[in-house]
Amino acid sequence: MAVEELPLAKAINAGLRKAMTDNDKVLLMGEDIGTLGGVFRVTEGIKAEFGDKRVLDTPLAESGIVGTAIGLALRGYRPVCEIQFDGFVYPAFNQITTQLAKLTNRGRGTLRMPVVIRIPYGAHIGAIEHHMESPEAYFAHTAGLRVVSPSTPNDAYWMIQESIESNDPVIFFEPKSRYWPKGPVDLDASASPLHASRVARTGTDATLVGHGAMVTMMLQAAELAATEGVSLEVIDLRSISPIDYAPILDSVTKTGRLVVCQEASGFVSVGSEIAATVAEKAFYSLQAPVIRVSGFDVPMPAPRIESLFLPDVDRILEAVDRSLAF
Amino acid sequence: MTTPPPAVQFLATDGSFAPSAGSDEYLPYVEALSDEQHEQFYRDMAVIRRFDTECTNLQRQGQMALWPPSHGQEAAQVGSARATRAQDHIFPSYREHVVGKIRGIDLMGIVELMRGTTLGGWDVNDPKNGNFHGYTLVLGTQTLHATGYGMGINFDGAVGTGNPDTDTAVIVYFGDGSTSEGDVNEAMVFAASYQTPTVFFLQNNQWAISVPVATQSRVPLYLRPRGFGIPSVQVDGNDVLASYAVSAKHLDDARNGLGPSYIEAQTYRIGAHTTSDDPTRYQNDEQLAYWVARDPILRFEAFLKNKGASEAFFADVEQEAADFAADIRHRTLELPNPTIDNLFDHVYSEPHPLVTEQKAWLANYEASFGGDK
Repeated sequence: MAVEELPLAKAINAGLRKAMTDNDKVLLMGEDIGTLGGVFRVTEGIKAEFGDKRVLDTPLAESGIVGTAIGLALRGYRPVCEIQFDGFVYPAFNQITTQLAKLTNRGRGTLRMPVVIRIPYGAHIGAIEHHMESPEAYFAHTAGLRVVSPSTPNDAYWMIQESIESNDPVIFFEPKSRYWPKGPVDLDASASPLHASRVARTGTDATLVGHGAMVTMMLQAAELAATEGVSLEVIDLRSISPIDYAPILDSVTKTGRLVVCQEASGFVSVGSEIAATVAEKAFYSLQAPVIRVSGFDVPMPAPRIESLFLPDVDRILEAVDRSLAF
Repeated sequence: MTTPPPAVQFLATDGSFAPSAGSDEYLPYVEALSDEQHEQFYRDMAVIRRFDTECTNLQRQGQMALWPPSHGQEAAQVGSARATRAQDHIFPSYREHVVGKIRGIDLMGIVELMRGTTLGGWDVNDPKNGNFHGYTLVLGTQTLHATGYGMGINFDGAVGTGNPDTDTAVIVYFGDGSTSEGDVNEAMVFAASYQTPTVFFLQNNQWAISVPVATQSRVPLYLRPRGFGIPSVQVDGNDVLASYAVSAKHLDDARNGLGPSYIEAQTYRIGAHTTSDDPTRYQNDEQLAYWVARDPILRFEAFLKNKGASEAFFADVEQEAADFAADIRHRTLELPNPTIDNLFDHVYSEPHPLVTEQKAWLANYEASFGGDK
């Protein structure tokens, strides 16, 4: 079994190269992704290897990137678009929600939209406005899109390839604060399908659910809780649309307590959706109300006070304490 | 009138053949047209106007949710559509009914859209539909799709080989209101950068619902693409020969690898934006009379009569138009309502558990009333 230690950013890079090698219809497009290799260097070296017809340094226009990607998909290509930062996706929001998401349905099965939109997202990097947001709920709310977010280098390597193989559009959220830490990547086989959630740590007293960078934080919280004799189960969502509820419901049936964790604001969020669904489907298993640990319902603040906004290990454990005390 | 004189025109408003200054490079395309092609142009325009009337009537009778007529814009559409070749791709806005018909779609697809039984209407991948892509209601979005499609054509090496049967162009239709949309401007940026084989075909019908074109632009719209590095031309859009010749030339250029170009067809929407509109609130009688006097069908009828077209020909076209409209009416009234399947089955191309669950729930719920589904 070939296992390599890679940072998440390089795992995506390796996954992109694999997909481009396997299928010459796969091409990359975005701002500064070619010669520079992207502002986060996720696509470093790919243009040199595959050429400027497979890696497009596009004009600086997000709607243009996604709109032309739709045209390329209609021509039989499988474009992978990079949006430079989470907060810069909105100029493309119209093309994503009114066109990309709708064309398969509009075509009544005659059209496919195999377009991947990679978006570095989330905070913890001390950046200025529009560079640390978590806009996943906007996209999860739109039928026709699939929305995923890997939390580990291994998932990043496989999920980017599975997203490119998908015949539906996939919004691929990359937890940018996790770009650099290394982790093992199994180059031989994918551990689970694209839309499966994953039990990242087993436990018995309460369940933590989250995605992206929050998974690392939940695991740290579980480690700390264990030192105090509290056993937390941690579930990595991996897929935000659709959500794979089976492991979540199994876990809640076992623990009776659920804390949902996310960097995004809590109001009308992915966490709200999970809380509502668990309340509907596992009501008699719950020993306490579902608690959300989220960003506040204010704009992502200036970076010097990002830690006041963001959920951290302490705020997760505070919520666990409330759940256990109920 | 503030409308500038059209740059390219072959037919004067009385139907006499009078090429304008600046039309020389397009003249060979006009001279190559046969009598049969002339008659076909007329037939296309006359039949679609009758179709438009029928569909407007059907909407007034409650049989359609909405109808966007193309009355007045027939020459711009017929001329450009007849200039396309089989392998070309067409990205319409939502008013290019005759373009669809010329490319081979069953116009019932458009009727279904506007009656409200589907969001789609036809399969662009079915060869009989002539690469006529779906109607697009969010203004200007299709210009980017057309440009991206053209990028793909370039990457495939399907331009500039000299083979007239495989070199491929893309034509995209949009209106004067859409020119203010960011997407149209981004499309020109991308088309210029990647030198896509895209012909931007602007039908300037002078109105974006109620707002006049002067609000969209302080300069004639055909001048705008030049700032993007895209060659452009203004044409009398109510002259089917001019529309054809200019489109044919620029589609040839696109297929020959010369990159994008932009055609502004000066035309006029005679009547409402859609059946939900009331043009008497904003159109004035003087302007309307000016354009009615430039009616594209009457002008071409005069041209054909000058050339000696027979009364039998015009009678035959009138009969074809009446038969076509009657067939549309009959089939519209027969259209079934969509079922639960239509709601759920193609949201994703591969199964999605939430959609699957909700479809099953709704089917059970509906069945609980005991009716047949």
